[in-house]
Amino acid sequence: MPDTPSAALSVAAAAAAAQFLPDDTAVDLDAAFRDSQIQAVLDKLDRELIGLQPVKTRIRETAALLLVDRLRKSMGLNSGAPSLHMCFTGNPGTGKTTVALRMAEILHHLGYVRQGHMVAVTRDDLVGQYIGHTAPKTREVLKKAMGGVLFIDEAYYLYKPENERDYGAESIEILLQIMENNRDDLVVILAGYKDRMDRFFESNPGMSSRIAHHVDFPDYGVGELACIAQLMLEKSQYRFSPEAEKVFGQYLARRMTQPHFANARSVRNALDRLRLRQANRLFASRGQRLTVGDLSTIEAEDILASRVFAEP
Amino acid sequence: MMTNLGGRVTQGQFSFLPDLTDVQITAQVKYALGKGWALGIEYTDDPHPRNTYWEMFGNPMFDMKDPAGILKEVNNCRKTFPNHYIRVTAFSAVRGVESVTMSYIVNRPKNEPGFRLERHETDGRTMRYTIHPYATDKPEGERY
Repeated sequence: MPDTPSAALSVAAAAAAAQFLPDDTAVDLDAAFRDSQIQAVLDKLDRELIGLQPVKTRIRETAALLLVDRLRKSMGLNSGAPSLHMCFTGNPGTGKTTVALRMAEILHHLGYVRQGHMVAVTRDDLVGQYIGHTAPKTREVLKKAMGGVLFIDEAYYLYKPENERDYGAESIEILLQIMENNRDDLVVILAGYKDRMDRFFESNPGMSSRIAHHVDFPDYGVGELACIAQLMLEKSQYRFSPEAEKVFGQYLARRMTQPHFANARSVRNALDRLRLRQANRLFASRGQRLTVGDLSTIEAEDILASRVFAEP
Repeated sequence: MMTNLGGRVTQGQFSFLPDLTDVQITAQVKYALGKGWALGIEYTDDPHPRNTYWEMFGNPMFDMKDPAGILKEVNNCRKTFPNHYIRVTAFSAVRGVESVTMSYIVNRPKNEPGFRLERHETDGRTMRYTIHPYATDKPEGERY
């Protein structure tokens, strides 16, 4: 794809200089879309993230809005800098961080953030331990995030209503100020559990009014989790035997009903344990002839040894 | 200072040029960041050329990706010390120590009185010469 700005856009810019455009001037949305290379990022999103349909739709919409906005600007139409701060809510392991990374990429391709890097922080990185420590700490983080995306994981910890003298409030204040004044320098994405984030916004109306996009991440179904497992295995060059695939489905169904189930993260942990058991099995069967296939195949017995199956 | 009418202090890069604009500073910072250098902001009100170590305005900024944050800090420093010399310094860690690779003044006092030549008579009829900034006749903080 060409790196140079599209002909359509430069023509449009020239036309904008003329300051008067009839309503029926042709606009080349296709060219702008191609040049932004947004399709590649969206495809990657589709390919690498299983499920999450509402999230993908939302991202597509946002991308479309930004693209049209940019086109409007190039045509000399009024386009206020859109507020891009977002809030991702959902249960653990539903892909909030991963999507935030992609979001940074998309915004970079659309030219809304200059560098496209993501700085992921939690309360510890923003809030200090004693008076006068918080403000410089928060500013430091914000400076690093400029030109990219600031991802605040578990943002509701910033505000602790039970402690009046908590320094989190100071951090929120600085954050709000930067979110308002440096809108074109950085995009802030807050993430956390749905109910806790709702309570956080209730007690911080200033924050909620500055965040335009609320995206909810749904939990994965068994089928989706199985797909995710496949994808993870492929990446680390393992595979299930046909039987193991069936058993893994049963494993997931059982695991989902148990407490502390963290969606994709639990799947990743399960796979790590499977690899452990597989290695153990291979080691126990020393003396027999091994093939490359053996090294990369996970058998049903590896999965059945899990404690999930031990419980009734 | 016959070549430097008006007594403008000429230290570091670009100091014979007109003052850098914010856009030009951003471009220079971007270049430094592209090279992987860390940037620091320093200020002083002692313009003597041998005054090498200026006060640091906060710590040098490591791990920065975008010039916006550094420009913000420059403006912060200008607000705090509107009548001081302020310079941006870039440090390269290539040699294992943070060594200065770029340094340019981004803020200077409105009125720079310049330097006078001081003659010092020593043994015999030997003359020693030195320069003395007029500004440093006043105590620190009241110079400009």
